[in-house]
Amino acid sequence: MSVRARVLIRPKAGILDPQGEAVQRALPALGFDGVQNVHVGRMVELDVPDQTQLEPMCEKLLANPLVEDYEIVLDV
Amino acid sequence: MKFGVLRFPGSCDEVDALYAARRVGDAELLWHGDRDLRGADAIVVPGGFSYGDYLRAGAIARFSPVMESVIAFAREGGLVLGICNGFQVLCEAQLLPGALLPNTNLRFTFRQVDLEVVERDTAFTCACLVEGEQAGDVARLSIPAKHSWGRYYADDATLAAMRENGQIVLRYAPGQNFNGSIEDIAGVRNERGNVFGLMPHPEHAVDELTGSADGLCIFASMRMAAEGADASGLPPRIAGGARV
Repeated sequence: MSVRARVLIRPKAGILDPQGEAVQRALPALGFDGVQNVHVGRMVELDVPDQTQLEPMCEKLLANPLVEDYEIVLDV
Repeated sequence: MKFGVLRFPGSCDEVDALYAARRVGDAELLWHGDRDLRGADAIVVPGGFSYGDYLRAGAIARFSPVMESVIAFAREGGLVLGICNGFQVLCEAQLLPGALLPNTNLRFTFRQVDLEVVERDTAFTCACLVEGEQAGDVARLSIPAKHSWGRYYADDATLAAMRENGQIVLRYAPGQNFNGSIEDIAGVRNERGNVFGLMPHPEHAVDELTGSADGLCIFASMRMAAEGADASGLPPRIAGGARV
């Protein structure tokens, strides 16, 4: 019985995120004022047989812990 | 002296690296799925887009069979040069400190850059000479760079240790840091000094016909380091260096 998981990966706080900045600058032009702290990351969706595999998987491959934070979300 | 040049699916600069290495020694290509380094005395991890740069540049190539052997080779003190995508692979493999992030301008950029050789007493820069050198001269190399993920980053503690150990080998000359690298860092080595990575492409600058031969000194340095300072068969003046 596998578990559906989503891994959300985003730039670590304090590391310049030019993609987030570009999106934040684009929003006011469309009338969305006052939006702050925009960050762009990526999401990995996966079915895993054993949810304890997720954290080592993130540390080794899915994220680069030097520059990225990750968050594991389980579908329950 | 034989260089082994890796080839991954998605590599694109391995043939130029092979050609550059053959200017100073023997060289052959090593396929990513093969663990045999075929007796190479030094390894070049070339530029390109290994495994399509999927997930993150270098993240998947770092686990390839050939990289298992390269990691063991590096741990035994073997010389390993990573260029561009190769630098990303070596950072992902944790053979080098830090990481490469998207350029601050978010664009793929291709330009000739001037680099300052911060550390010349290394296995990768010992042949980078300044013609008619005087005290205080800084060797400068003119080499092309072409990438969209070249912003070098390391945290403060790592940077402090790198400065202490002379691991920051190349910096972009003033005004040349187009990718937003921290402290203008263009090339770094590991603490032991046998693994080196840089984003610009020395293998594309080995002949005056294409604008500069300054990149040759990186390959010549490796040969000198591997064979001793009196390596025979090298041209007497290996690379140009401009006064700053």
